[in-house]
Amino acid sequence: MAETKTAAYICKGCEIGTRLDAAALVKTATKSGKMNLVREHDFLCSAEGVAMIRNDIENEGVTHAALCACSRRAKTEAFNFPTIAMSRGNLREGVIWIRPDTEEARETTQEMAEDYVRMACAEVKAMTVPPGNQKTGSVKTLLVVGGGMSGMTSALESSKAGYKVVLVEKSGALGGWAAKLHKRVPTREPFKAPEDNGVADMAARIEADSNIKVYLNATIAKTDGAPGRFKVEIAIESGAIAQEDIGAIIQATGFTLYDANKLPEFAYGKTPNVVDQAGLEALAREAAAAGKPICRPSDGQPVKSVVFVQCAGQRDTTGKHLQYCSGFCCNTSIKQATYFKDSNPDIDTVVLFTDLRTPGNGEDFYRSAQNRGVVFSKGVVSQVVPNGNTCTVKFKDLILNEDTEAQADLVVLATGMVPVSGVNIDAPVAAPVEAEAAVEGEAPKDIVATIAPESILNLTYRQGPDMPQFKHGFTDSHFICFPYETRRTGIYTAGPVRRPMDIMQAQEDATGAAMKAIQAMENAGLGKAAHPRAGDLSFPTVRLEGCTQCKRCTVECPFGAIDEDEKRFPLFNESRCRRCGTCMGACPVRVISFENYSVNTVGAQIKAVDVPDEFSEKPRILILACENDAYPALDMAGMNRHDYDPYVRVIPVRCLGSVNTIWITDALNGGYDGVMLMGCKHGEDYQCHFVKGSELGRYRLSKVGDTLKGMNLETDRVKDIEVAITDMATLPQKINEYAALIKSFPPSPFKGF
Amino acid sequence: MSDMNTQMADRYKNNFLKEIEEQAEMGEWVKMCMQCGLCSGSCPTNFHTGWDHPPQEIFMLIRAGKREEVLNAQGMYMCTSCYNCYVRCPRKVPVTHVMHGIAEYAYRIGRAPKNQPSMHLSKTFWTNATKNGRVNEVQLTQSLYFKDGIGAGIKKAMEMQSVALGLVKAGRLNLLEAVGIAHKCKDVKGIHAMLAKAEELEAKNKAAKAGTTGKE
Amino acid sequence: MARKEYAFYPGCSSQKGASASNYLVSVESMCKTLDIKMTEIPDWNCCGASISYAESGELPRIAMNARNFALAETNLPGQDIVATCAACWLGSRESKERLEHNSGLMADTQTALKEAGLQIKVIPEVRHMVEVLIEDLGYDELKKPVKKPLDGMKFAGYVGCQTNRPFGIAGESFENPMYLDKLIETVGGEAVKYDQKVTCCGGALAFSEPEKAQGQIKDIIEAAYDGGAEMIVTPCPLCQANVEVYQGQINKRYGTKFDIPVLYYSQLMTLAYGGSAKEAGLKGNVVRARKLEEFAAK
Repeated sequence: MAETKTAAYICKGCEIGTRLDAAALVKTATKSGKMNLVREHDFLCSAEGVAMIRNDIENEGVTHAALCACSRRAKTEAFNFPTIAMSRGNLREGVIWIRPDTEEARETTQEMAEDYVRMACAEVKAMTVPPGNQKTGSVKTLLVVGGGMSGMTSALESSKAGYKVVLVEKSGALGGWAAKLHKRVPTREPFKAPEDNGVADMAARIEADSNIKVYLNATIAKTDGAPGRFKVEIAIESGAIAQEDIGAIIQATGFTLYDANKLPEFAYGKTPNVVDQAGLEALAREAAAAGKPICRPSDGQPVKSVVFVQCAGQRDTTGKHLQYCSGFCCNTSIKQATYFKDSNPDIDTVVLFTDLRTPGNGEDFYRSAQNRGVVFSKGVVSQVVPNGNTCTVKFKDLILNEDTEAQADLVVLATGMVPVSGVNIDAPVAAPVEAEAAVEGEAPKDIVATIAPESILNLTYRQGPDMPQFKHGFTDSHFICFPYETRRTGIYTAGPVRRPMDIMQAQEDATGAAMKAIQAMENAGLGKAAHPRAGDLSFPTVRLEGCTQCKRCTVECPFGAIDEDEKRFPLFNESRCRRCGTCMGACPVRVISFENYSVNTVGAQIKAVDVPDEFSEKPRILILACENDAYPALDMAGMNRHDYDPYVRVIPVRCLGSVNTIWITDALNGGYDGVMLMGCKHGEDYQCHFVKGSELGRYRLSKVGDTLKGMNLETDRVKDIEVAITDMATLPQKINEYAALIKSFPPSPFKGF
Repeated sequence: MSDMNTQMADRYKNNFLKEIEEQAEMGEWVKMCMQCGLCSGSCPTNFHTGWDHPPQEIFMLIRAGKREEVLNAQGMYMCTSCYNCYVRCPRKVPVTHVMHGIAEYAYRIGRAPKNQPSMHLSKTFWTNATKNGRVNEVQLTQSLYFKDGIGAGIKKAMEMQSVALGLVKAGRLNLLEAVGIAHKCKDVKGIHAMLAKAEELEAKNKAAKAGTTGKE
Repeated sequence: MARKEYAFYPGCSSQKGASASNYLVSVESMCKTLDIKMTEIPDWNCCGASISYAESGELPRIAMNARNFALAETNLPGQDIVATCAACWLGSRESKERLEHNSGLMADTQTALKEAGLQIKVIPEVRHMVEVLIEDLGYDELKKPVKKPLDGMKFAGYVGCQTNRPFGIAGESFENPMYLDKLIETVGGEAVKYDQKVTCCGGALAFSEPEKAQGQIKDIIEAAYDGGAEMIVTPCPLCQANVEVYQGQINKRYGTKFDIPVLYYSQLMTLAYGGSAKEAGLKGNVVRARKLEEFAAK
């Protein structure tokens, strides 16, 4: 191994040189930073500056470099030296841009800069160059689970991109629900007429595609491994098991319709003249095949009047049915209404809705149905009463505010979607929750469909056999910022299993998921991380001899990357890891680290800051800022020249989840007056890039209060705030308010120890 | 006329929506309403008493086949032709014109509410304007005041005296118009012939849609 | 030859001795200064206004407007029709649009016109006086002849409905049109901000159901006062009349003390161009605009 040689570079460009005393910074890097080589440059990111660094690496043997210039988020292309360990001291966005250019501010601004130089030097000395994950797999075949519209789309798109696909379908034919449709909602201008369901064409294309291997009447018996090297066992019709090597997986297992039998008030099951949307499609197909108009199931007479009941068992507030809107059913009812009007304009066709929601170009389709004479009325149906061969639909007209009724030969219930997402791995009992009468005074319980709790993927992961679920049984994905990202690296969910959606959206979703799966597979092959630290070559290592087998890391990893070996030690699957560092933050004995990010790299920075004595009236506040939202927001505050307090020292962290409480106790013991933590929003509408990271981090931090009490310190000295990337204007204000609070406390009693 | 209302009701059976579509000016737009209520919310007169049904409800009543309620409604006559609903309608339904069209239809088949003041003004205005081709403002005012008889007319005229006096003083009310010395078109005869023809054609067109002979 | 020539459609209210006769007087003065020649369409007739809706069917109403088109086209070929009244402009423009988009309606209209010995070949453009000022001349041209800017006077530009909806002035929003404010500023006045700029004055309801309309008028005047206006300015004869002449009755009904002059933009322009009170038709204001009368006398 080559000898370590450290270097620090002080840039004087972008007014750093005029605002700060560069010579003093050089001295700081030399004296306190103890760097072997220190250089200053007028314009470090220029070709000449970059060449100077490159020359030092190649000819001077520099292995570790602290670049004290702009933010680590800036000039990354110029400062790209993958062969050495590198840190960045943020003198521009972090110092001169957030401080006023005044004589009285000069001293504190210079102190700030000198601290950041010390921190960069300390950090880089604690780093090594990441070698990249060695346990990679280079399989480039995609597994698509589910042969409906979403699955077929994923398969065809992946094949088009040049990848091999294994498509597994549970039933005996491709097409899923779409195959059962008489026609589908229009997809093309002028969005007026229903179109062929398109299944036959897609199925034929799949059959003719040599890249795609189809298993029908087959399920997944076992999924083992990691991206790039999954071993998947497929249970086929004969009872045999087929083995496939898979690089990445797309789960497109779709939905079932909400069971209309749960709606006895709408007479489903009491008369055959009440059907759900699938029932109507069946009647329409039957009629088309016979060349007849759609007929009443009770007596086979042509339907003369039809009423569509929207939101049947959906958007429910009583706790008995689905709470959500399925999004597709309004367009479907519009389409089904046209079946009647197009065959005979005199058929009374009424759609009763509370809010008509028409995604895509459904609004044009809606208008075309109105033009055909379909009557759309805003009304809530309370009851359907069968009488002989007709039904009375009782409803409240919401515009005229009166109870009224309509007669119909046929009633169609729009019952909505229930995801087929397998086993709920977070539920203590995997049994489905039956619809229960809501107990008075109790919050409505979310009702999960009564589908058999059979696992879909049968993952061998320690955290459970299926994809984690979010709300209402739909699989979790980063719906606010990165809709395709799931909590299992290299496994993507697409279509209605992810959230309620129509065919158009499902196809787009399936295409996106295919692209993400391909990307994950390629990254895995190169030993690189996937989103959001795409390309990162570091990976977690564990010093097993120190491990106490407490299992926090295996339980907490948001991505299920850590299993347990036979001896119950954590077993890292690097290819599943997203490099968030949550395991490192969780580890009570601090045996988990990354080459370029560890308890030491941050701890060294904390220690490197010069903490003035208690008489100086210069407090020190540590800010640990999430690199995904908070740190960029701070950079942008700088770009917008929003000033903030000169006594804060900011250290970026990969995620709030990676914050080990030792950093906080070390800082407080070291005489810091306060610690502020900045992470992404957590909870129902989370924005954490690692989904669960900020939540887990915050849970851990909730215990810090006791530590503070034990140290006889005010509990407000540690503050955690949620920061979004858009907070660049308000963030400085929050920092200043917090700084003012800290200044109202007496100086930390730990200074000088 | 053998009660045109009954004739039309028979002709269209229970399909009031179709009746409005074919017989009322701009009636074909009724089915395109999406019941958002922006028209009602935009109407400057929607807070007045006497406003039985705002436009959103009129549209809904038609679709619900409530013929009597629509034809008896006062709502349409509350229209000040401000066109707020017209420009704001997200469906580009010409709500103002639809309201006018329904009012005209109700009136045409003899179903408009009796003594509806705006209905009366409409009739008076058109008669006045077409008599000589131009409006005679004094006679228009007079006929409005005296619609409820001489006594009520004098009372109203007294109430409005200060208003009228102000206008006379300002030279903006020419009392000579009262006795017919007023502005008029030269070719009044031509105008009357033209209007007679227009009315004839319109009646024929409407009747053709209803499948009747055009004779009332 | 004048700089611009138009076929003038003054409308019933702008005739001599009629309710908007002062509008006509001031428009004539304004046009003289701006060198705009307005030739009255010979034997023009009433547009029918919106209020005819219940009595008149579509075809008779359109025939009335079509007659004006035919007369203008025959007698003043090539000239745009210019209306000063909002209702005339709206009625004519609406008729033009429907005729141009509906061949059946056009055929029936021609048949009716034939009875009056007329025929339409091409329907002229139908413009509002304000459009002529803004689009054909422009604010800069309108500013040039200003001799006596209305310095320090505060006006509430009241646009109302029918010069604003459904057609409006190109480039302006329905909810907050700015052209009237700009015209006020062009002649040196200050356009105050207030929130009833495009509220309806009640239109014809002022005649048929005065108590309803007067409530709306009250809101408009109140808002103008609250905005700090000394006077109200409008482009529409019905807005002008409704907001002006019922102030006494509103005061009685609501206990208010309204006494705010309501003027036409053309009156302001005439005065700013150095015109006399007479040329501006100030005598025609029921609520006397004393400040402007004094200004004109200076």
